[in-house]
Amino acid sequence: MTRKLITGNGAAAWGARLARAEYIPAFPITPQTEIIETLAQWIDEGQIDSRMTTLESEHSMITTAGAAATTGVRTFAATSSQGLLYGMEMIYTVAGWRAPFVLVNVSRALSAPVTLEPDHNDVLAARDSGFLQIHCATCQEVLDSVLLAYRLGEDEKVRLPVIVNLDGFYLSFTREPVEIPDDKKVDQFLPPYDPGETRFRAGDPISQGVIVLGGSQYSYFRYETHLASLNALEVFEEASKEFEELFGRSYRAVEEYRTEDAEVIFFMMGSFATKAKDAVDRLRSVGRKVGLLRPRLIRPFPIEAIISAVAGKKGIAVIDQNLSLGKGGILYTELASALYSMTDKPVLVSFIGGLGGRDITREEFYEMVAVTMKAIETGKAPPPRLLYSKEELMQMKGLQSIARVEQRKGRGKR
Amino acid sequence: MKEGGFKSIKDLPSTHMLGPGTPICAGCGALEGIKIFCDILGEKTVFVNAAGCMTLLTVYPFTPFKGSWIYTAMASAPAGAQGVRDALDLLIRNGRLRPDEDLKVVVLTGDGTAYGMGLSSTSAAIYRGLDFIYICYDNEGYGNTGYQFSAATPHAARTATSKGPEGYQRYKKDLFSIWAAHKPAYVATVAGAEPLDLARKIEQAKDLKGSKLFIAFSPCPTGWHFEPAKAIEVGKLAVKTGVWPLKEYMDGKIVHTKVPLSKGKRLPVEEYLKLQGRFAHLFSPTRNEKVLEKIQTGVDAYWEGVV
Repeated sequence: MTRKLITGNGAAAWGARLARAEYIPAFPITPQTEIIETLAQWIDEGQIDSRMTTLESEHSMITTAGAAATTGVRTFAATSSQGLLYGMEMIYTVAGWRAPFVLVNVSRALSAPVTLEPDHNDVLAARDSGFLQIHCATCQEVLDSVLLAYRLGEDEKVRLPVIVNLDGFYLSFTREPVEIPDDKKVDQFLPPYDPGETRFRAGDPISQGVIVLGGSQYSYFRYETHLASLNALEVFEEASKEFEELFGRSYRAVEEYRTEDAEVIFFMMGSFATKAKDAVDRLRSVGRKVGLLRPRLIRPFPIEAIISAVAGKKGIAVIDQNLSLGKGGILYTELASALYSMTDKPVLVSFIGGLGGRDITREEFYEMVAVTMKAIETGKAPPPRLLYSKEELMQMKGLQSIARVEQRKGRGKR
Repeated sequence: MKEGGFKSIKDLPSTHMLGPGTPICAGCGALEGIKIFCDILGEKTVFVNAAGCMTLLTVYPFTPFKGSWIYTAMASAPAGAQGVRDALDLLIRNGRLRPDEDLKVVVLTGDGTAYGMGLSSTSAAIYRGLDFIYICYDNEGYGNTGYQFSAATPHAARTATSKGPEGYQRYKKDLFSIWAAHKPAYVATVAGAEPLDLARKIEQAKDLKGSKLFIAFSPCPTGWHFEPAKAIEVGKLAVKTGVWPLKEYMDGKIVHTKVPLSKGKRLPVEEYLKLQGRFAHLFSPTRNEKVLEKIQTGVDAYWEGVV
């Protein structure tokens, strides 16, 4: 075991390396590119015995990845944002092939307007595809989650591809000390991929992704795949226990931070949860009973673990770093439906924050606790709120007035 | 053309690899060609399919193929072929697949895919030197959706989306030249109605390393509006009138493998056109001499350019 100061992208590449991913179909996109550059360099230097093929698009890349996994090799790919959406047809398709591989998504907000910084609308667009989703908050977790993802996806009870998500810039380009697990121990945790009957070989033909005639057959296969996804909850528990025994790091489906006696908890995913942890520590130091709940697994959604973690809590501030236009926060919707059958359920307050990489400040975390406390007192949750300051609005108005002047100048020229 | 193999029609395989009973239309010209491909390529194949008529060959739980099959999507069958090829190579290299268990990777798409949505992934696969076979069954339109025009539709043909008085106004895209411009191992035009020429070309190309691409002329009774029994006749007339040149590209050279008779002795194009309902508006209620002449002139000009 060695310790290295590496970026989230570097950690993802290390995950693929330690998992002995044999095949890496690739296509560059910011902020993911460092992952494939790192792997390409290792291949060129002979440090790893993998093969990389650069495709002409993410649509092709995901097709290639699924086809290679279907043929029987351990496959790794990475993308971001527009790339994930460009490949979305195949995201759904390859999940139906039941061919496991790992796809790292480095979250980046979606166009339009175009930006490079992160939010979770890209990865949540794949929410209903059949891909499992593991969301990371630290560089260490990125590396470890890639290993867990292969164990999870390749399990015969699951057999599904897995997305490991990390936030662009905040994790992708942030260096943190990361323990690089011993490769022999990784081999013990993650034996070579056994494709079972899902592979192509002369003399033993199979047909993949074929047409079914009618809703009855279609329903059967879709629901079977849904049940396989649900099986991943139990498999994740088993795998993470074994991971902890081997490597000393614990990854539950839902991370609970100082929730024991908490009255108010933050509910959010991704790297911004580390900002919430800092706020929790500071609030705890002045005697406020607050905590954090961070789902690592988004698909399958660990409903039971969440229900048991929120039992007895009075209020939850749900922070969505995404926006379902015309509805609101996606995580809020997911949580509300998960808790609906609970008696004595906590009050849920919805906040939209961190869109396009916009920071969430310490003061905003404090304010969210205050708003949630008030909702607990009154028993009435306020409408969803966008985290956006007066200063930002002033700056925005300033930019708009410049834009108007520029537009008039442009008209004048014509 | 290399010697041996198929000297006459009697040399073609008498046992057939593609099973019967598929839901493909009676008289389908595409199926005629695919049968011969299957017979000559054998069972050690994996067909990588894109959305189109032939997607209906394999309907759960049946397949007419003796080998494997994977349906990908309309745009990315060559990328699927890339994944399968690379994975097979890795498995053989690492001793997990015996060399005799290897498969030929065969992309099977229609013209809608080959001439349009799938052109980018095909161009990239050829560019990467992917070792695969591409069969485009060209029925000159989006057949599986009810025959709308595609970039492969010939001038003046009526389709579900070109019903004007003079049919489709644009001209068929020259996919052969586009593919050949990539300098792959092999490109050929073929027709199921010319089985000997087709079989010879498959035999010629199948063991070449790199990309081997075929555009198979595929008369479509339901889209072109002719009696299913006439499918072979339509195919043969397309070759005889010079409408469908049979040719191959290899080592930088293009060779025509079956040259029709010279101008004057050659059958006029209308012998081919008049069999098909999609061109009926050129003959009735009145003959459209202008358009018929334009089509004839185009074909004549093509063959004048062939030395």
